[in-house]
Amino acid sequence: MKKLVLATAALALSAGLASADTVRMGTEGAYPPWNFINDKGEVDGFERALGDELCKRAELTCEWVTNEWDSIIPNLVSGNYDVIIAGMSITDEREQVIDFTQNYTPPDPSAYLALSADLDVEGAVIAAQTNTIQAAFVAEHGWTLVEFATPEETIAAVRNGEADAVLADKSYLAPVAEAEADLVLLEREEAIGGGVGMGVRESDGELKAKFDAAIQSMKDDGSLNALISKWEVSSTF
Amino acid sequence: MFNFCTDPDTLPQLQWFACYLTTGKHMGFYASFGTVLLLLAITAPTALLFGFGGASAARARLLPLRWFGKAYIALVRGVPDIAFFLFFVIALDQAFEWMRHQVKCPDWDQPVRQGNDFVVCAAAKMPLGTSPQWVHETYGFFLAVLTFAIVFGAFAANVLYGAMRAVPYAQIETAEAYGMSHRQTFWRILVPQMWVFALPGLSNLWMVLIKATPLLFLLGVEDIVYWARELGGTANPRFTDYPHGDWRMWYFLALLVFYLGFTRISELALDRIMRRLSHGQATAAGEAQRRTAGGPP
Repeated sequence: MKKLVLATAALALSAGLASADTVRMGTEGAYPPWNFINDKGEVDGFERALGDELCKRAELTCEWVTNEWDSIIPNLVSGNYDVIIAGMSITDEREQVIDFTQNYTPPDPSAYLALSADLDVEGAVIAAQTNTIQAAFVAEHGWTLVEFATPEETIAAVRNGEADAVLADKSYLAPVAEAEADLVLLEREEAIGGGVGMGVRESDGELKAKFDAAIQSMKDDGSLNALISKWEVSSTF
Repeated sequence: MFNFCTDPDTLPQLQWFACYLTTGKHMGFYASFGTVLLLLAITAPTALLFGFGGASAARARLLPLRWFGKAYIALVRGVPDIAFFLFFVIALDQAFEWMRHQVKCPDWDQPVRQGNDFVVCAAAKMPLGTSPQWVHETYGFFLAVLTFAIVFGAFAANVLYGAMRAVPYAQIETAEAYGMSHRQTFWRILVPQMWVFALPGLSNLWMVLIKATPLLFLLGVEDIVYWARELGGTANPRFTDYPHGDWRMWYFLALLVFYLGFTRISELALDRIMRRLSHGQATAAGEAQRRTAGGPP
């Protein structure tokens, strides 16, 4: 009996400790509608809403931090934060360095944004953000690629004629095309990427399992689809 | 901020700007000016201290110490700043954590390096994973100060090393003739006289340091250039109450004014210091001062 009480106490204690865990969520904060800094100066967007809900379901306390896209993987690996949640597509190349949870958006085609709708992208100058699947795609095809550190700069490059088109996630380009009359989405789209997931350190299997379970529960009860539609980030599951 | 800001779409231009410029995001921008100034205020004296140590070591009589001083100056000056910032800070952070790991978790059986990952026990994390965000930010800030101090300290060491050699040798000889010890000569004769030779070099370093602060963002500290880029970027009406086009030019213009103004103030201050340091020195400027004060020709 005494043993049982002790065991329960230990269990309760360790459960208490586990729920007090702080998980630091690293994001870019420059990629609306996925993640951006709102007027109040806080991280906002689809991934903020998703991340907060996942943390609630996994019973974790979450803190949000922003980090430049370029160094977002090195800073995860060296432990500055515990999770990358930044619209990062799951690719084999990244899988070699970090682990991904299951995807929280389905694989979606990437789109082109250009000044005129009849642009032939083959042979054109294409802008893309550094270290993205889109940049890798353009480089693979041997087209002329100009890379930029932030997504904002890729759009500016098209506007001022430095590049002919931007290749990026359609969800990022669509609001831009909507707001600016002289920029249009091309009909051509590219099926690249394997869906977007959260990145965790390879040694962090426990955290990955927790988030996997939380994502699954959101997929099962349809709340993930609702969130995707609300922020218009991708197609639904 | 103001109570008329509830519906920005309907506001006349002046009030719209009043609201726009006082959003929480802009407050972050204004606060980052403080961050940069604070960084400079702490880094400059620390770097000078590192430089003084390095220069003293480089001319020490003890051979290993001299090697250490010269190696420090040569190594750090030779490595590009950006490589130093990306590599060294991560290495420094991991070194701290590794040491804490050895002390706090002696019975940990897993390897610290697991492939790409650097894994230490939770108690050894710097700062602790459970500490609030401001602790992480302060830690990052001081890591930045330390790195800046080491980099700029090496340059300062080289400047001071040259300045120590520029002090006229006759001064040292006279001190020795008066029977001063090596230590006394160093502190009473050499150090007070070297500053006037060091100041032009040090003022260059100060100017470079002012402009080097955007490197902060590599370390996750949000500096003024980061905020200017973030705020100036096109603001889409779907994601903000204050939509606008690409205003980066205006934000960077504001930064330009800030940097130029700051440089000008620095120049004025440095001129004053130079005047003070030249006072009574056996240099051309000191001699000119003596004559205008009416001393014998």
